[in-house]
Amino acid sequence: MILFWLIAVPLLGGILAWPAQHWRSHAPRWIALTALAIDAGLMVLLLCGASADDSWLQQLNWEWIPRFGIDFHLGLDGLSFLLIGLTVLLGFMAVGCSWLEISEQKGLFHCNLLWTLAGVIGVFLALDLFLFFFFWEAMLIPMYFLISLWGHENRDYAAMKFFIFTQVGGLLMLIAILALVFLHYRSSGEFTFDYFRLLDNRLEPAAERWILLGFFIAFAIKLPALPFHTWLPDAHTQAPTGGSVLLAGVLLKTGAYGLLRFAIPLFPEAAHDFAPIAMSLGAVSILYAAILAFAQTDLKRLVAYTSISHMGFVLVGLFAFNAQALQGVVMTLLAHGISAAALFMIAGSLQERLHTREMKTMGGFWKTAPRIGSVTLFFSVAALGMPGLGNFIGEFLVLLGSFRSSIIITAVSAAGLIVAPIYALHVVQRVFHGPPPGKGVPCDFGWREMALMIVMMAASLGIGLYPQPLLNACDLPLKKLIAQGERHEH
Amino acid sequence: MLNLLCLVPFFPLAGFLTLAVTEGKLPKRMAPWIGVGSVAVAALLVAAIGVDFLRHPPADGHFRQTLWVWMEVAGFKADFALYLDALSLNMLFVVTGIGFLIHVYSVAYMRDDPGFSRFFAYMNLFVFAMIILVLADNLTLLYLGWEGVGLCSYLLIGFWYEKPENGDAARKAFVVTRVGDTAMALGLFLLFDQLGTLDIQTAMVQARAHWPIGSGYAVAAALLLLGGAVGKSAQLPLQVWLPDAMAGPTPISALIHAATMVTAGVYLIARTHTLFELAPEVRNLVGLIGVITLLLAGFSALVQTDIKRILAYSTISQIGYMFLGLGAGAWSAAIFHLMTHAFFKALLFLAAGALILSLHHEQDIFKMGGSWKRLPVAFWTFLIGAAALIALPPTSGYYSKHEILLAAYSANPWLWAAGVFGALLTALYGSRLILVVFFGPNNTKARENLPLAITLPLIVLAVLSLFGGLLEMPLSSVLAARETHATGTAIIWMTALAPGIGIILALLCYGPLAKPLQILARNPVGLLLQSFWLQGWGFDDLYFRLFIQPYGFLARMNKADVIDRWFRSIVIVAQFSHRMLASTQTGRLRWYAAVMVFGVVLTIAMGMLG
Repeated sequence: MILFWLIAVPLLGGILAWPAQHWRSHAPRWIALTALAIDAGLMVLLLCGASADDSWLQQLNWEWIPRFGIDFHLGLDGLSFLLIGLTVLLGFMAVGCSWLEISEQKGLFHCNLLWTLAGVIGVFLALDLFLFFFFWEAMLIPMYFLISLWGHENRDYAAMKFFIFTQVGGLLMLIAILALVFLHYRSSGEFTFDYFRLLDNRLEPAAERWILLGFFIAFAIKLPALPFHTWLPDAHTQAPTGGSVLLAGVLLKTGAYGLLRFAIPLFPEAAHDFAPIAMSLGAVSILYAAILAFAQTDLKRLVAYTSISHMGFVLVGLFAFNAQALQGVVMTLLAHGISAAALFMIAGSLQERLHTREMKTMGGFWKTAPRIGSVTLFFSVAALGMPGLGNFIGEFLVLLGSFRSSIIITAVSAAGLIVAPIYALHVVQRVFHGPPPGKGVPCDFGWREMALMIVMMAASLGIGLYPQPLLNACDLPLKKLIAQGERHEH
Repeated sequence: MLNLLCLVPFFPLAGFLTLAVTEGKLPKRMAPWIGVGSVAVAALLVAAIGVDFLRHPPADGHFRQTLWVWMEVAGFKADFALYLDALSLNMLFVVTGIGFLIHVYSVAYMRDDPGFSRFFAYMNLFVFAMIILVLADNLTLLYLGWEGVGLCSYLLIGFWYEKPENGDAARKAFVVTRVGDTAMALGLFLLFDQLGTLDIQTAMVQARAHWPIGSGYAVAAALLLLGGAVGKSAQLPLQVWLPDAMAGPTPISALIHAATMVTAGVYLIARTHTLFELAPEVRNLVGLIGVITLLLAGFSALVQTDIKRILAYSTISQIGYMFLGLGAGAWSAAIFHLMTHAFFKALLFLAAGALILSLHHEQDIFKMGGSWKRLPVAFWTFLIGAAALIALPPTSGYYSKHEILLAAYSANPWLWAAGVFGALLTALYGSRLILVVFFGPNNTKARENLPLAITLPLIVLAVLSLFGGLLEMPLSSVLAARETHATGTAIIWMTALAPGIGIILALLCYGPLAKPLQILARNPVGLLLQSFWLQGWGFDDLYFRLFIQPYGFLARMNKADVIDRWFRSIVIVAQFSHRMLASTQTGRLRWYAAVMVFGVVLTIAMGMLG
């Protein structure tokens, strides 16, 4: 039942937040924060009730459309727990960093924000493919509105592009789901969208390959991986800060989660055959996006490309099929969620102060805004994979694991470690170093922004220095996924 | 006593955190107490631990302290664990001892800098990372320290951030060393893949058990680690960052870019020397790299005019000697030279700093001339440093360099010959430095007015440079002693006398022969050679053309993302077809009727033909 409330609370909070701005100007924010706090409380409750022997902490299974074997089936294991934890944390951040930026239609804004979160949490919980698809589409629409209503100068184009790309992916996934269900029906005479029952299904290799491709493209668009990444720089650049935080922090993670939870375990053999292609795409993404990031002069666009580069590591790790790489993937998801979200928050706060994202007009800000400077330095350094901070753990484990399946791809991906400082330190140099400008930043981070950043820095340090609890949390689920792949092999 | 080991890195870290959290708002008199105090406590702790360790060595020659499990994933385990043996103790002495002296010196040197507190914060962070590097019990933690010192090096080279050149130099240092670091990371992955552990001691035992001498895995692993070492230690082909790194404040050049961080590569190779013993080809390569680097850097040092750049090239060259020692299998001699070099190079840099300070930030040696009488402290300490650099007996540099060269002779006489020639070069540029800076024509009217915080570290380091040769640590418990071959007395004499010849040459070149030499050097070939050496043998230019330009070109060309252009073309096609179809909707009946008739005719015609 807790799982249901985990989704319902932000949903209801959103409904409540919409009209709330008419009662009081700040009411929607507090409603959003309350909803998130309740969700955080529920997470703690779940953690207390956890048992060590089963990988599923809790499940919930209600009949929904029995004729087609569709259930409202939710389940939470360590993996979903971590990702939902990240979602709630970044939810707080998204509300916090929109405090001054969003002044119009606050009610509707927070409603959309909470609904996006509800959709994402649903995606991380759904264990019925139809339900998964439902949440997958549901999180998209409020996000579309966040971009198209509160975005920047080119928001209509960006929102439309985002919508069409994800819709195409969604369509392919729907076709793949239906094909899977029908093939299962043909072989077993039973209509079901249930994850566990489909997991035991065996398909013909050719069919498996095509269906995997459908899933893969859908998730690769979301991740995003080359060559489906081009929606992301536009969407990130144009979205309001809160939107960018959610996009980079959690929405991208649903793509990786989909691959990890559904695409690979459902079609292990095809996935193994497909691995060289997927890993190569990942490795190419790392380098290609890193070079593009270096070329950008729009701060948010630059950060957006770094996201693509980091997600390349995720793709490499996912298809390396061993425990180290998969653990690395999960750590990268968490750590990148934090570092990218923080960098977008910084970019947003700079835009708030300067009304521009163009780095050519910036420089020498360290003098007037040392706090923004040092926080940016911190997260740039995190992004380039400094040991002791979160991203390193993820990338190190991914490469450690992928070395065992492909040395060449690991070597190419590791080149990403060389190009990362080129763009990351470029930001610090361009914005904060150099001669002091005629007009600096009007004001440094205040207590609200600093408080948010301290939480984010602590989270990154926590992952970087003591990741063991997180690694333990998703140990069992990941072992199961690996075992699933191996069972099919024999 | 040994249990206090974990406090050694703790204090500098705490110092960093305090200075960082207070955001430079501490009263100006507090900041140095925290910054210097934390390192002082660490140095005292190291002294106490060291005495205890040397008096009552642990049964198996090492002491391990596990703080917490960092990560443990399916057979991969990395702890936050410290490992103390004679080798790491030796490094600890150098890092905290010299670190402390340089911190004291910085209090005076950086007194008027607005970023005073930030400076000490970065310095403390550096000392912390360096301590972790030398104490790490596994390669993953060592990598943390390794990257950490790289980060601090970046931060401190670019400390005066308002000048874009400093930022460029800082980023250059970081990215170039990152190339080596990435090779090293791949080496780590290879070691784990093959040996199943990254714990240094276990991995070395495993390697010896599983890999025969000359095995491909050993060669690959040693090569990859060597990649990391040449990056950090500024050896060929990744030496290009160090001369530019002189953009940082002079105490930084002394601490990071002379005494400690740049020698991390030597430490890494000594630490994993088992691998290099299993891969003799790679070990020989280490020696070869060392020799080539020491010669190239020696020639470059000969023609520089900026005092700090001369010292930078000299550092590259001296680390080349350490690599030569490693390549000859004289592990402990290399570490010995690492220590004595830390003494005299730190001294040289700090004395140069005192000079630069007294001369109002003048760094060109030809504008410093004739200051030996007016700047006595700087002169005498610099002279002692230079004597140790040149390896004149009985300074510390003499003992360590002599040991390396004799080892090189028994490994390969050619390496020895090149090393001896390098010693001659060292004497030449060392004497040139002294002659030009302190004697030459009188150019300045500077007065020496140095505070105690500057003179005291100088004097201590001068004493160490003179007598540090007596401080050789017993490293035999960690680094197996090389079997010594009897070397002919002629060889010993030649090794010892080479610097003398260099000094005589320098006296001639900058004395009676100065004029004729200038005329001789003014031919096109001589000038070309000089400018070539001045620019460090053209490596910067080569890398600019080979890597930086293409990368920048690629980035600029593809700024708008070709792949996106493809997706945009779909939009254009869709819009075009929309416009085409829309334009048929003219609303004119005649047009509709004509098209209808045309369609009917076409259909009938196709039906008849089909």
